[in-house]
Amino acid sequence: MIPPAFDYHAPRTVDEAIALLGSLGSDAKLLAGGHSLLPMMKLRFAQPAHLIDINRIPELRGIREEGNEVVIGAMTVENELIASPLLQAKVPLLADAPKQIADPQVRNRGTIGGDIAHGDPGNDHPAISLALDATFDLQGPQGKRSVKAADFFLGTYTTALAEDEIMVAIRVPAFAPGTGWAYEKLKRKTGDWATAGAAVVLRLSGGSVSHVRIALTNLAPMAIRVPAAEAALLGQPLSAASIAAAAQAAQTAADPAEDLRGDIAYKTAMAGQMVKRAIQAAAARCS
Amino acid sequence: MAKKLISVKVNGRTQEKAVEPRTLLIHFLREELSLTGAHIGCETSHCGACTVDIDGQSVKSCTHLAVQCDGSEVLTVEGLANAGVLHAVQEGFYKEHGLQCGFCTPGMLMRAYRFLQENPNPSEAEIRAGMAGNLCRCTGYQNIVKAVQYAAAKLQQNEKVAA
Ligand SMILES: Cc1cc2nc3c(=O)[nH]c(=O)nc-3n(C[C@H](O)[C@H](O)[C@H](O)COP(=O)(O)OP(=O)(O)OC[C@H]3O[C@@H](n4cnc5c(N)ncnc54)[C@H](O)[C@@H]3O)c2cc1C
Repeated sequence: MIPPAFDYHAPRTVDEAIALLGSLGSDAKLLAGGHSLLPMMKLRFAQPAHLIDINRIPELRGIREEGNEVVIGAMTVENELIASPLLQAKVPLLADAPKQIADPQVRNRGTIGGDIAHGDPGNDHPAISLALDATFDLQGPQGKRSVKAADFFLGTYTTALAEDEIMVAIRVPAFAPGTGWAYEKLKRKTGDWATAGAAVVLRLSGGSVSHVRIALTNLAPMAIRVPAAEAALLGQPLSAASIAAAAQAAQTAADPAEDLRGDIAYKTAMAGQMVKRAIQAAAARCS
Repeated sequence: MAKKLISVKVNGRTQEKAVEPRTLLIHFLREELSLTGAHIGCETSHCGACTVDIDGQSVKSCTHLAVQCDGSEVLTVEGLANAGVLHAVQEGFYKEHGLQCGFCTPGMLMRAYRFLQENPNPSEAEIRAGMAGNLCRCTGYQNIVKAVQYAAAKLQQNEKVAA
C-alpha cells in the first residue's frame, strides 16, 4: 500500500516533459492515469525516484479527425473514448471495447496511451490497436517518429518506446462504410483482465472476406496479430469451415502463460472460442 | 523528497497543505483532514471503498496522489448532506437497507452520487455496471440496486418540484 518516496514534477508541455526525462534519466517515470504505475509502486515492484506527471499537458488530450484518420491524444481517458461521438461514428470498436476495461472509476483515470505504453499482455488496447492498424506518434529529444502497432509490442512490459520518449497520440484509420468489428473478452468478472481476448475488424464484399485483421489479448507474452487466422478467411466466403480454420490458427499462434486464470490448454482453447465469436459478431455488423 | 504546497477545495473549504509527493489522496483525506468516512479495503485498486468525487468524476483515492489535487475540488461523503438534510443517495441506502457493516457505504454513496448525474434514469443492468467499481461483502448488492433506484426517483421528483 505504501509507495516509496519520490520527487514529483508536473510539466505543462511535451517539450518540458521530454527535457525532464532527459535530465533525470532512467530514475524517472511518466505518470499518466497512474492506474498501473501507482499499483506497482504501492507493491514496490517499481521504485522510480522521480514521477513526471503528464496530466497537466493539454496537447496530449482530445480526439479529432485528420483526413481519413482519427487522432487520439495519448492522455485521453477510457470514459472519453466511450463517450466520443467521433469514435462512435468513425471507429466504433474503439468507443465500444473500453466498456470492457476495468470499472467506471478506473476508466476516469486510465488513459489509452498508458494502457498501450505499459506493454502488459493483459491490457486490452494493444490487441485492439493491432486490429485497427493503429499508428503511435512518439516524441523524443530528436523530434517525432511514428511506429505502427504491428512493430510496437516487443514483449511483456517491453515496447518500442525509448526511455526519453513520450507517446503523444494514437492514430487510427476511420472505418470504411460497412466495416464489421468485435472485441470478445473472456473474464472471470467485471474489471478483470482477460483470460483470453480477440479483436476482429472485417469487411465483406460480394459475400467474400475482403479485409480482415485479427489480434489476441493475454494469449502470448505480448498482444499479437494472427496472420494465419486472417489468411484462413481472406478472399473466401465466411463459412463454418473457414471460421473454424481461423480459430484453429489462433490456437496454434497462442502461447499463453499458466496462472490463476487457467492453464495453457484452457487458455489456448479459449483463444479459438474468442476468435470464433469475434468473427461471427464482426460479420453480423458488416453491411 | 521535497514537500509540495497544494491548495485543494474539500467539501467546499479550501485547504492549503504541504504534502509529500508519495502521499495517497486517501491518506491525505483521512489523516491530514480527519475525513475518515472514505475507507481502505485493498491495495490493488479494486474495492472502491476510497471513492471520492474529484472535479466531477468518481476516482479511487487510493490510486491518486494528494499532490495531483492542487487546484481541484474534492467531495467526500461528509460533504453529501446539505445543512443536515440527507442527500437522496443517503436516504435511499437508509430506506432500502443498502448497508450493513457500513465499510463500503461511503464509497458506494460517492459513486451513486456521481453515477446518477451521469445517468439519471438507469436500468437495473446499468446500475450494476455503473457501480461495478465498488465491492460489498454484506449486502449481496440487491438492496444497493434498490437504494440507487430510490435515489434516482427522489432526484427526479426534486427536479420536477424545482421546475
Ligand atoms: C482494478 C483495475 C482493473 C483494470 N482492468 C483493466 C482491464 O481490464 N484492461 C486493461 O487494458 N487495463 C486494465 N487496467 C489497467 C488500467 O486501465 C491502466 O490505467 C492502464 O493499463 C495504464 O494506463 P494509465 O494511464 O493508468 O498509465 P500509468 O499507470 O500512469 O502508466 C503505465 C506505464 O505507461 C507509461 N506511460 C503512460 N503514458 C505514457 C505515454 N503517454 N508515453 C510514454 N509512456 C507512458 C508510464 O510511465 C508507466 O510505465 C486495470 C486497472 C485497475 C486498477
